[in-house]
Amino acid sequence: MKSFLFIMSALAVMGLAFWAYNENYKTQAALTEVENLQKQIGQLLETRAVLRAEWAYLNRPDRLRDLASINFESLGLVPLQPEQFSLVGQIGYPPDPLLDIEDVQDVVGNRSVVAVSDHEMQETGGLRPPLDEDTP
Amino acid sequence: MTRIPLRPLARILRARQNGENPDAIERENLRLRNEDLRDRNRLRAEGRLLVLGVFFFCAFSVVGARMGLMAASEAAEPRGIDSDTRIVAQRADIVDRRGRILATNLLTRALYATPPIMVDKPRAARELAAIFPDMEEAELLKQFSGSRKFLWIKKKLSPEQQQQVHDIGEPGLLFGPREMRLYPNGSLASHVLGGYGFGREGVYAAEVIGTAGVEKNFDEFLRDPAEQGRPLELSIDLTVQAAVERVLSGGMRMMNAKGASAVLMDVSSGEIIAMSSLPDFDPNNRPTPLTTGDASDSPLFNRALQGVYELGSVFKIFVAAQAMELGLVNADTMVDAKPPFVWGKFKIGEFEGKNYGPRLSVTDVIVKSSNVGTANMVMMIGQERQKKFLASLGLFEPTPVEMVEAHGAKPLIPARWTELTTITAGYGHGMSVSPVHLAAAYAAIVNGGTKVAPTLLKRDRPVIGPRVLSSANSAAARSMLRQVVTRGTASFGEVPGYAVGGKTGTADKPKPSGGYYENKVIATFASIFPADDPRYVLIVTLDEPVETSGPKPRRTAGWTSVPIGAEIIRRTAPLLGLRPVIEQASANGLRLTSE
Repeated sequence: MKSFLFIMSALAVMGLAFWAYNENYKTQAALTEVENLQKQIGQLLETRAVLRAEWAYLNRPDRLRDLASINFESLGLVPLQPEQFSLVGQIGYPPDPLLDIEDVQDVVGNRSVVAVSDHEMQETGGLRPPLDEDTP
Repeated sequence: MTRIPLRPLARILRARQNGENPDAIERENLRLRNEDLRDRNRLRAEGRLLVLGVFFFCAFSVVGARMGLMAASEAAEPRGIDSDTRIVAQRADIVDRRGRILATNLLTRALYATPPIMVDKPRAARELAAIFPDMEEAELLKQFSGSRKFLWIKKKLSPEQQQQVHDIGEPGLLFGPREMRLYPNGSLASHVLGGYGFGREGVYAAEVIGTAGVEKNFDEFLRDPAEQGRPLELSIDLTVQAAVERVLSGGMRMMNAKGASAVLMDVSSGEIIAMSSLPDFDPNNRPTPLTTGDASDSPLFNRALQGVYELGSVFKIFVAAQAMELGLVNADTMVDAKPPFVWGKFKIGEFEGKNYGPRLSVTDVIVKSSNVGTANMVMMIGQERQKKFLASLGLFEPTPVEMVEAHGAKPLIPARWTELTTITAGYGHGMSVSPVHLAAAYAAIVNGGTKVAPTLLKRDRPVIGPRVLSSANSAAARSMLRQVVTRGTASFGEVPGYAVGGKTGTADKPKPSGGYYENKVIATFASIFPADDPRYVLIVTLDEPVETSGPKPRRTAGWTSVPIGAEIIRRTAPLLGLRPVIEQASANGLRLTSE
């Protein structure tokens, strides 16, 4: 019994050692990865800062004004004028597109699903099960 | 352990034979036993103490060693902790009220030289002088050949310049990373932003510190790592600022003025939407301040904030508003306006010797800008009450604007406020304030009568200050200002759809030696729009303008500042989201006169 316990505890120690060894390497790998990611984040932040600065520089009012005047013929941009304000009702919205109906069957088929009264079905001449009288 | 008996029989018997007391033997043995016990206990206790001592020694040694290690080792970022606190940049951005960048950071390189490891010094000097036109070859060579082991050559390099220096191939020319400040919009809002410089410099980094404007005022906030790069949000609107500067610079040229300034302010919150002073500068390349002569001649001088001027007739509305507030007059009361107004040996007349008298209504005093009418009203108010009212508008103190320059821009108030000062201050002479002061005072008069503290920080709600004027009198003052534009001295100020109200002011410039110049004026247009429910106040000031389209040169504000102010309003009001009010054509062709 005693020797069995000794062997078991020795095996347990070996197992734990193996586990700790593995965990250690996994931790090291994870830390290295985190470090790399941090470095990447830092670089991306730096790039973002440069891009933001560049965006602001390219959008500076002086440049936009010059571009608008150079491309006046194609774009026709002028500074915002008070006359450009108007009421919502004065804006010509495009008309609502008409429903695309090609097949009458479609419409009938749709309606029969919504309203299933027998009377309506007769009026519309939709498909319906044969009535009892018709059967011989 | 052998136990020694207390009464060994052999000794007892022997003692009995000798007639001694056997109890003495017992006592003796007991003593020996106790002594032995005591010695052993002491030994054990001493052993324990020793163990404890060793333990404590080890523990403290570990703590001490750890502390020493931590203190001596290089600082490293914690690797395993994913924290949200990250130092993004050394200095936070400055953005406008809609989040557009006004100032940001850019990574660049600084160039330095270490002469001891340089290979070919004459060639390096020659090539550097070719890359940087502002450097002298001889001077560089002299520095390289001296005893110095380290010297800065250039604090900021463009990537192209860096490549060119790299191509020299000199091992003694090295680069250090630098964060520099970039103002992408160039000279836009340059006076507000100020400028930057480098503080303490090392090879791998340098402190970026603000040297003027909001950069200096908020230096601590911008550099605070605890803020984690939270940008500083200003009340400035980039688009509006660009439009204001554009119109103002065109107008300044057209009116042949030496300088110009404009302040656009929200009447309820005191936010400065645009502030411009011309001539201006590029904060990316801030010029050095003048060391001789008049500081106001430098482009660094902010006329809108630092320039304190006698602003002239724009002050008359304060007199009218106060007289109404005190119940001395109402808008239709007739006051004496027969020139000249005589006080002691002084005579006060009207512009170009006109005569609007003998009597004018208070409204017409403002509309026609009558000096005499104002002087008579201010005499009714009296010295003390006038002083108190002007002080309540904030005209006696430096403005609380968040720029370092603001603290120094103290209004010029005569040390002795005599009755004559009272009269002249009534029409804006004898005391000098800045356009920002005037904007704040006008905002207080027209916003319903509460004091306004001008600010450069974005606010999300109006700030209600202490009341200086009743809302009814504020409305009356607005109506007067509106009539100045519709039928008075500021007729060029009309902008269709925006009901502009305002007051002109043309003041002779004081000579440094005393007295006033004949042909040099400060022309001011203080305007509000829309006049019936004012949202913004705009102050346009021109320094020494002259309009030469007529047969003789015209210098009054009505001919110089007012058209510029009107154009600014026409351009900025749509940008500020103000919808023009279009007069409805009525069906029967009749209009109510009260509308």
